[in-house]
Amino acid sequence: MDKKVAKRFGMFALATALLAGLSGCASTANNPKDPLEGFNRAMFSFNDGLDKAIIKPVAQGYDYVLPQPVQTGVGNFFGNIADVFIAVNNLLQGKPADAASDAGRFLLNTTIGVLGVFDVATPAGLEKHDEDFGQTFGRWGVGEGAYVVWPFIGSRTVRDTAGYVVDVAVDPVWNVDHVPTRNSLAVLRLVDTRASLLPAEKVIDDAALDKYTYMRDAYLQRRKSLVYDGNPPREKLED
Amino acid sequence: MKAIRVLFTILSFGLLSAPVFADDMAPDVLVKKVTDEVLAVVRADKDLQNGNTKKAIDLVETKVLPHFNFTRMTALALGREWSKTSAEQKTRLTNEFRILLVRTYSNALTAYKDQTVEYKPFKMQAGETDVTVRTLVHQTNGKHIGLDYALDKQADGWKVYDVVVAGVSLVTNYRESFTQEIRANGVDGLISTLAAKNKGLEAAAAGKK
Repeated sequence: MDKKVAKRFGMFALATALLAGLSGCASTANNPKDPLEGFNRAMFSFNDGLDKAIIKPVAQGYDYVLPQPVQTGVGNFFGNIADVFIAVNNLLQGKPADAASDAGRFLLNTTIGVLGVFDVATPAGLEKHDEDFGQTFGRWGVGEGAYVVWPFIGSRTVRDTAGYVVDVAVDPVWNVDHVPTRNSLAVLRLVDTRASLLPAEKVIDDAALDKYTYMRDAYLQRRKSLVYDGNPPREKLED
Repeated sequence: MKAIRVLFTILSFGLLSAPVFADDMAPDVLVKKVTDEVLAVVRADKDLQNGNTKKAIDLVETKVLPHFNFTRMTALALGREWSKTSAEQKTRLTNEFRILLVRTYSNALTAYKDQTVEYKPFKMQAGETDVTVRTLVHQTNGKHIGLDYALDKQADGWKVYDVVVAGVSLVTNYRESFTQEIRANGVDGLISTLAAKNKGLEAAAAGKK
């Protein structure tokens, strides 16, 4: 476990160095809100190409082959695993009631919900929350920092990148010792998440004047909203 | 003579009663009514479910548009640039942005056909003129998305001026791209870009059939 974490931190350091090196030459930075725009756009097209070539076709196949209830079960299973650290994050954010509700969800869904495949907690009145370490840091007052598009990982702010490193380090899926099982689970989760985003895609493609800017601003808005649990300070006309 | 008076009575009754009805409707009731009506049509229509864009746009134009305040939406999307535009530019901008938003919204509607909508409890102080109605869209895969509507009170009833999906405003999300475009090519440049985008989408939709 410690070795694994160390390895991941090592990769993170490497990526940061890479980023620092690249951002030096990528000086298309005319937008103060996005100083790494040149690098980010390059990574964005790389990720987009990877998605079009591999991930999206696989997700479409998955969506086509698996009946909806099975997909729901898969989504619920991973959602249930995630509830553990959602509880931890709620606790770290000073919301013990929400944390208790998340823990209750995990207990209920793991037992009655057959290892999380059925979400029996939501109908029972325990609402699903969305928390991670990036949000916790935000709640503690850590600023977002620059917006970064990482290869493979995608959009993060600097703060959310740090949060993501912790998320992955404690992620039960990434900590499965049996490597083939771990990898299969990680791939299945990725494909399931990607499949659930298929309907949104056409909407974004049609709506965006420039897909990079649209996705970036949507990511930043969404993260801000999540830090405030859906009630961020309202943007005014003159902001 | 009598016939004319009867006709006049019917006409004036018809004219009066309709707007009064819309006026009186509370914002949360209005959102629920329009959502339910639109979803009922989508669920009953195979063409809409299969992504017939033209039909979806017609539905949005007739059922949804009357309740939207596009001028305020466009102003919100432009931010501080709005005050620097001429009245004529405002009209053209609003028109092009309206076409784009209608298409976006229509696409979203057909993409999420099997959704159920949960309405969050809504409270409003007396005399309030700017409110947010919160809903939760439950998808068939067990996931849910927040869908919030910001409304303001106009002379002819409550009007939606912002739609917030999963914490992302469909309106202010355009602000950076619009500002960038205005800085590079001016307001008229933005209007042409929007017009070209709309034309492209229309051509793509027509070419599909």
